[in-house]
Amino acid sequence: MTDILAAFGWIFDPVNWAGASGIPTRIGEHILYSLLTLLLACAIALPIGFAIGHSGRFRGLAVGLSGALRALPTLGLVVYLALITTNLSIGPPLIALTILAIPPVLAGAYSGLESVDRAPIDAARAIGMTGWQVFTKVELPLALPLVIGGIRSGALQVIATWTVAAILPVGGLGRFLIDGIAIQNYPEMLGGSIIVIVLALVSDGLFALAQKLVVPRGVTAGRVRDTTEGEARHSGRASAPEGAPTT
Amino acid sequence: MSFLWSNFGQVWNLTLSHVWLSALPIVIGFVISLPIGWVANRYRLTRAALLTIGGILYAIPSLPLFFAMPALIGTQILSPLNVIVALSIYALALMVRTTADALASVPGDVLQSATAVGFSAWRRFWTVELPLAGPVLLAGLRVVSVSTVSLVSVGALLGVPNLGQLFTAGLNGYYPEEVAVGIVMIMLLALVFDLILVGVGRLLMPWTSADRRARRLSRRAAMRAVTGA
Repeated sequence: MTDILAAFGWIFDPVNWAGASGIPTRIGEHILYSLLTLLLACAIALPIGFAIGHSGRFRGLAVGLSGALRALPTLGLVVYLALITTNLSIGPPLIALTILAIPPVLAGAYSGLESVDRAPIDAARAIGMTGWQVFTKVELPLALPLVIGGIRSGALQVIATWTVAAILPVGGLGRFLIDGIAIQNYPEMLGGSIIVIVLALVSDGLFALAQKLVVPRGVTAGRVRDTTEGEARHSGRASAPEGAPTT
Repeated sequence: MSFLWSNFGQVWNLTLSHVWLSALPIVIGFVISLPIGWVANRYRLTRAALLTIGGILYAIPSLPLFFAMPALIGTQILSPLNVIVALSIYALALMVRTTADALASVPGDVLQSATAVGFSAWRRFWTVELPLAGPVLLAGLRVVSVSTVSLVSVGALLGVPNLGQLFTAGLNGYYPEEVAVGIVMIMLLALVFDLILVGVGRLLMPWTSADRRARRLSRRAAMRAVTGA
């Protein structure tokens, strides 16, 4: 309990709020690094994931590759890239963390597209939509909650791993943890940890909200929710866009 | 490879402690998740509450959770317990959802048949529900196993001995080969853990390799565990 009080004492000490190594600067850096990493990962993983989900090809390859990437230890990859490029800027960790954020985003993208029921897709084709129209107007809106779910896991991972990347001389909230342990300052380590945890939970909450908001009007089965029935399938009736003919 | 041969003893010792630091959380998380997952599956209210708590716990970043452990359980910062308890929490958070899904995947008519031929609730759980939930449980455990083996290395930042120390030492000594050995050893360890889980699964559930429904359910469970959806 005294530890936690000391940590909050550290967080609310005005001395720690000023300057280039103050809490606001570190939070800003952490958010900036994380957003940049996530954008890069999305730019790479979303098109590939959509292509796999749309065509159904190379699925096994993507699953296997994602599994292997998950076994790759973050800390090791970050340190290794920094050492072999002899570059201690944010470049090597940015590359390492982008690589590690790809699997969840990719998985969300293709499993989202795969989860879309065949009936509305066939209906869209039958009324004369082109392949691109089917993708942007039918598949993507219905898949969006799961796609965002993938980005949500990616965001959590990126926020967590930028903390670990502070083993290199980069900014971000990890500085308080890594520098705190170097000088045996437990209130600083714990205070920094609390701020990272709050940041992660806020990000997770915002993405959860986005997942709920993007569900197209009239759709109930496309929403990400817990099915108590393991065998439950999306029923064509419920997942068809509003106004579409129902079976 | 010269690093590995000249430091074989040290790498071996780090590997052994890495094995312990990974195996204990996987086993602890799995065992505790069984009763909690059962409760989550049994009542709709507890399902929502327990899965939400699990989701929040799983969202907490690893290094901050390691650092929070001394304040929460009163350990020293160097204690391996910090890593073991924190990783058990992650394993539990992920496995509660998988266990609830796994138990929900058992067909209701099978359970009713078991009750009808006179199985007690206790016996029905151990001899009917759990074996049939097995494939999905295994899929979740494999995800937990891979991520635990990889996350243990972060514990090296606290000074807890494991293969992750090859990363911190390699960085301090500007020695990429040492880091590479650490990465390869951790990935090998994750592979060995995975093969053991698959092997145990084959032994305990010999029917699953032919069962297409079980295979489909376990694929879906693994996907849910990864995307959190």
